[in-house]
Amino acid sequence: MTTMTLAEPAFKIKIANLPLWVIHVHNNNMAQIKRQLASRLSQTPDFFSHTPVVLGLSAVANSQTKFDFTALTTLMWEHGMRLIGVQGGSTEHQAAATQAGLSLFPDAPLRNSPVFPDPTPAQPLPPLVIDKPVRAGQKIYAENTDLVVLAIVNAGAELIADGDIHVYAPLRGRAMAGAQGNQSARIFVQSLEAELLSIAGCFQMFEEGIPQDVRNHPVQVYLDEARLVIQSY
Amino acid sequence: MSKIIVVTSGKGGVGKTTTSANFSSGLALRGQKTVVIDFDVGLRNLDLIMGCERRVVYDIIDVINGEATLHQALIKDKNCEHLYILAASQTRDKDALNLEGVERILNELRESFDYIICDSPAGIESGAFMAMYFADHALVVTNPEVSSVRDSDRILGIMAAKSKRAVEGRAPIEEHLLITRYNPKRAEAEEMLKVEDIEDMLRIPLIGVIPESESVLFASNSGIPAIHQKSDVAEAYKDVVSRFIGEAVPMRFVSGKVGFLKRLFGDR
Ligand SMILES: Nc1ncnc2c1ncn2[C@@H]1O[C@H](COP(=O)(O)OP(=O)(O)OP(=O)(O)O)[C@@H](O)[C@H]1O
Ligand SMILES: [Mg+2]
Repeated sequence: MTTMTLAEPAFKIKIANLPLWVIHVHNNNMAQIKRQLASRLSQTPDFFSHTPVVLGLSAVANSQTKFDFTALTTLMWEHGMRLIGVQGGSTEHQAAATQAGLSLFPDAPLRNSPVFPDPTPAQPLPPLVIDKPVRAGQKIYAENTDLVVLAIVNAGAELIADGDIHVYAPLRGRAMAGAQGNQSARIFVQSLEAELLSIAGCFQMFEEGIPQDVRNHPVQVYLDEARLVIQSY
Repeated sequence: MSKIIVVTSGKGGVGKTTTSANFSSGLALRGQKTVVIDFDVGLRNLDLIMGCERRVVYDIIDVINGEATLHQALIKDKNCEHLYILAASQTRDKDALNLEGVERILNELRESFDYIICDSPAGIESGAFMAMYFADHALVVTNPEVSSVRDSDRILGIMAAKSKRAVEGRAPIEEHLLITRYNPKRAEAEEMLKVEDIEDMLRIPLIGVIPESESVLFASNSGIPAIHQKSDVAEAYKDVVSRFIGEAVPMRFVSGKVGFLKRLFGDR
């Protein structure tokens, strides 16, 4: 049968919240962007593989500088990044981006933006405190706050926090701090035996085991310029 | 007040049914009115280990469906005065179990028994869920290998989140770690996990260690649980029962050293 029945739709439109990388640029110096991108990505050459990225222009929105979006698209392509659009920027920037075939994403509202004044000073939310073992298959999410775990976190368990994560016991599962992108989030662990550590999406897995100098040690984990640092003390 | 005890593990073939048979027999031998229920619908074998397979007329599904009364379905154990068995069905499909039916049966059993032992099927699906949902205690049966420990961890997490006690915000299920098929020599040679390793991973109180022994196979082939014969396994299960009812008994069968008498008279 070759006739198509109307009863069966060929597609369905759905909204999806997909994770997206945003590369925030601070100036339009192509040579500098090119150089720094290459050095940043040299340690993890396969990190981006056909990954869609958006160029964040908020920091340069008030500048008159122009961008060569076609050249940027090519440059990022070489690093596995697929430039699909820009976020924020001036009207001129956005016009040039559209010209180059890119999509426009609205600027994310800033927390302390004067356009949306906060009537009451923000009260820090209390941390989420867990005092029982977190076991294989369990996932704990501390939304908009820190996560404090007083018992063991076993292999196959997952901790996620928008703020910091503290584990006052061995951490054998996964821990992801700064889950909404807070790059100053940290992870504190009494004995590091983890499967995965991540801050603001910058992660490290330990399939081959944890380096000797930090294994089973108390450590703190933080981001230094998008590089995950594990420091024992 | 009667107690419901689930014997569970996540992983299959670790010794749940063996433990259910011996633990329930051990309680009955101590004079406790005990019933053991096989929740492994479709794969019943508790009745084989208890040696009552020829006397199964009605099973748990018949009672749930109202086709038999509990009184008709309970089978009196041939070795223990105070022990009864409620068999699983071999012919029905496992979706025939439902929470309301199970609750009705348990409530009725609570009226006449001190201990109700639920032999859980393997896995973390509905059968295992039904077996643990109403439990007051859990014997978490674990073999000294990583995959078994991981599955025990998983089932502990599920019990902590989804049991009736957890859902109603009551005191949690009391958890007891039971290590079975333990071979101290192989553990010392690091071919298997040690008792301390397993305790460190699961962090629940240890109620006993059952050694790996051929006597278990002989026992199940003869339809008489090992606890009725003379063996290390029998002793180890008796210790578990003693600890469960609150007696302080030193841990045995955890080290590879052979005792003086044993060296004189040999094993078994
Ligand atoms: N202590 C032991 N020493 C040696 N063999 C044992 C021991 N305990 C159990 N076994 C053997 O292990 C096998 C599985 O035991 P059993 O049927 O009790 O496990 P189970 O956890 O109930 O399995 P399933 O998940 O299939 O229900 C059987 O062959 C049994 O004889
Ligand atoms: Mg079984």
